[in-house]
Amino acid sequence: MRYLPQTQNARKEMLKTVGATSVDALFRDIPEEARHDKPFDLPNHQGELQVERDLSALSEKNISAQDAPFFLGAGVYYHHVPSSVDYIIQRSEFLTAYTPYQPEIAQGTLQVIFEYQTFIAKLTGQEVANASLYCGSTATVEAALMAMRITKRNKIAIGSVLHPEYRKVMDSYMSNLSDRVVFDGEPDEETACVILQSPDFFGNPQKYDEWRQKCDAVGALLVVVINEIVSLGALPPPAQADIVCGEAQSIGLPMSFGGPHLGFFSCKEKYIRQMPGRLCGMTEDADGRRGFVLTLSTREQHIRRDKATSNICTNQGLCALAFTVHMGLLGEDGFKQLALLNHQSACKLADALSLIDGVDIENTNFFNEFVVTLPKDSSVVVEDLATAGIIGGYALDGNRLLVAATEMTTDEDIEEFVHVLSEIL
Amino acid sequence: MDGNRGLHYEENLLWEKEYSDHPGVDLPPVEITSLRTGQDARETIGLPQLSEPQVLRHFVRMSTWNYSIDHGFFPLGSCTMKHNPRLNEKLARLKGFAHIHPMQSESTVQGALELMHELQSWLGELTGLPGVCLTPAAGAHGELAGVMTIRRAHEVNGQAQRKIILTPDSSHGTNPATAVMCGFEVRSMPTSETGCLSVEVFKEALYKTDPNGADIAGMMVTNPNTCGLFEKEILEISKLLHDAGGYFYCDGANFNALVGKVRPADFGVDVMHINLHKTFSTPHGGGGPGSGPICCTEELAKYMPVPNVVKEDDGSYRRETMEDRPTSLGTLKAFQGQFGMHVRALSYMKSHGADGLKQVSEDAVLNANYILRSLCDDYHAPYADNGPCMHEALLTDKKQKQHDVTTLDIAKALVEYGYHPMTVYFPLVLPGTMLIEPTETESKDSIDRFVTTMKKIAQDAQEGKAEEFHNFPQSTPRKRLDEVKAARQPTLSWKHVA
Repeated sequence: MRYLPQTQNARKEMLKTVGATSVDALFRDIPEEARHDKPFDLPNHQGELQVERDLSALSEKNISAQDAPFFLGAGVYYHHVPSSVDYIIQRSEFLTAYTPYQPEIAQGTLQVIFEYQTFIAKLTGQEVANASLYCGSTATVEAALMAMRITKRNKIAIGSVLHPEYRKVMDSYMSNLSDRVVFDGEPDEETACVILQSPDFFGNPQKYDEWRQKCDAVGALLVVVINEIVSLGALPPPAQADIVCGEAQSIGLPMSFGGPHLGFFSCKEKYIRQMPGRLCGMTEDADGRRGFVLTLSTREQHIRRDKATSNICTNQGLCALAFTVHMGLLGEDGFKQLALLNHQSACKLADALSLIDGVDIENTNFFNEFVVTLPKDSSVVVEDLATAGIIGGYALDGNRLLVAATEMTTDEDIEEFVHVLSEIL
Repeated sequence: MDGNRGLHYEENLLWEKEYSDHPGVDLPPVEITSLRTGQDARETIGLPQLSEPQVLRHFVRMSTWNYSIDHGFFPLGSCTMKHNPRLNEKLARLKGFAHIHPMQSESTVQGALELMHELQSWLGELTGLPGVCLTPAAGAHGELAGVMTIRRAHEVNGQAQRKIILTPDSSHGTNPATAVMCGFEVRSMPTSETGCLSVEVFKEALYKTDPNGADIAGMMVTNPNTCGLFEKEILEISKLLHDAGGYFYCDGANFNALVGKVRPADFGVDVMHINLHKTFSTPHGGGGPGSGPICCTEELAKYMPVPNVVKEDDGSYRRETMEDRPTSLGTLKAFQGQFGMHVRALSYMKSHGADGLKQVSEDAVLNANYILRSLCDDYHAPYADNGPCMHEALLTDKKQKQHDVTTLDIAKALVEYGYHPMTVYFPLVLPGTMLIEPTETESKDSIDRFVTTMKKIAQDAQEGKAEEFHNFPQSTPRKRLDEVKAARQPTLSWKHVA
């Protein structure tokens, strides 16, 4: 019971002050029938050592990216996180703080959010960004919902191959919310927005001008989804978009089996009052000194209740901090260099794989991920590679395999991958 | 802007510093000379550039402006700011948890799936609700998952005409916002003078537009409620609701009052979310990440989102798909939730165990009652005469307002005296409410010091020191901030001013 500071004596004294004979007397409003008199079918408390042993044993049953040549991407990427990032996010002042609703004692968190918003706006070529959302998939849904609020239309066009998990989430939200239609193809006059993932799920970078024109012709908004935010260091920014959203896990966060990650969201300034999520703004204090506060909260659920733009309450505060520290370390040159190193790794991987008999690279263009076609079923190949200790990519339909490389990928990793893959095929 | 006096730091923005000619990371040189992206290279982005010590110092200095649970008492009602054990941080960072990918073959992540399965079992046992879905990313997301589950159940059962969700006026703002998002109409129910929902008020709302309540989809109730009280008539209310064909959604924000002691299934709950970042101590992190699994009855489990983790006869674990459960509403988040938070929460649960968790709710409730009794003479405590509270004590500024001191002033005075304020102006059922949740991780000594401070504030208010209050806080890195100015012409990112 190491987390409980009360002593038996203190409990007795407090009960006396309260005027109760026992703690159970304080629970008297709970009807008899609703009380659980049997013991729970759960073990009793354990010391730190035992808990650590139990959970470590579970962790050791998994193959981590640190233990195997790793070529899986598909929206979640294995990157290096500098030590300073993890140190900063474990500082008590950030880790154990609350949402900054009391700005006088939360300027640290607030200035970080302001810097985070600035990073996202600049990277995506947009005017404003929010304080973050749960993840790329829910950010994409929020973008679609926002486009529907702005245009008062209820159809969503998917313009390029969207991450299949994002697509599932989009379909589930739209079919469970009310009569909203999600379709693949070009926008018509009932379309609220085009969702354009770039690079698309198969790794192909998209060109925005053509889609901008298609949207303008029918009055739809253009929403660009970025799965791999590092790509923005090598590719032109989606400045033509009305909304840019996606996943920023690649900067500062481990893959962590799918979360917590970092959904980002930016847009044109004219749409801010329709934006979901928290926003941090600059202001002054009573002495005229610069400070920061959460602002425009009249959009949010705690003020507007049933008339809020979204039911979202939280952001991914600590994840946004990790991102901001990592971006601060990378800076202008470091971020671009990181992007080019990712592209370089992918180029090396493509060149090496294309030398294997029967293996072809499907993409003409890519950033750090592309599709290869194999002479046999890719899901079987992925399992065989796992048996050989290689996490070999994501099996698409039939013989197609999606593979990624990052700055973590070494020449030796690629050699081993090519060697084992040649044997399996 | 930069500088400091004693230990008070000023720190400008990254963009306002003198840039270095090299970044804060050393990366290998780029060898390729041409791109295969099919596009032009990125031009200047407009990012700052600093070395590692400059960046580290920047964030450490800013951190000194934050108050946190490790600094002191954080009596924020409905938010459960309790101690965050560092063991949980350590375990979430084990390479077999931190560096695994959600789309790896399941054969390579059996330990992670087993952990999720175990967490599902703990939550199922503690709530009495066996259907557990871990995917929701936060409390509000869990609410969405829960209300969509109700919607889906009605739809599948040919009850799509049920369009109304009942909720008390004391509910969290996320409740009505979620119901509306799911296409429901919200019918608000007034809280009675006792601070609870009465059977009479409930019946009136239930049968208002249909004599059998056949247009009611369900109700969203927080229990214990946001007035800090257990809904005494909840058994009768939930029975009436069930008889009318509606489902009971329980907002789990206040589960810390019940954990290890009372199972929500036993007072009629059909589906609820659990805030792992409240009851199970995953850190708030300055506003996230949260984690909001839902727990539901076997009946509703057919409709809740996929995937959850199932154990096969051979002892292996896998994620179920829509093919396993075609009645499911689908997927509400890519992959399977905030796994890093699942690791932390399970570590916390195992540390406490069944005996420890029971002690958690008992101490949380005792601490709140101790505060209520210690302060009910100094402050208006609207429900104190009716008996004990649960894990939160509700006060208002009624007495202090006569001296021109409001709840906001009291909050800012607490800031001046070194505390994070309680939740203010919530719930909305009375003017000037202050909701105090001490949690179980405060000692009597810590609470006594808080009580002394609150008594001093009440005394000062009575002595007519209103002017002093209006200028609080004085000792913080910034004084009161101009929120109107921030909203009038929003500046949401740094722009270079020439």
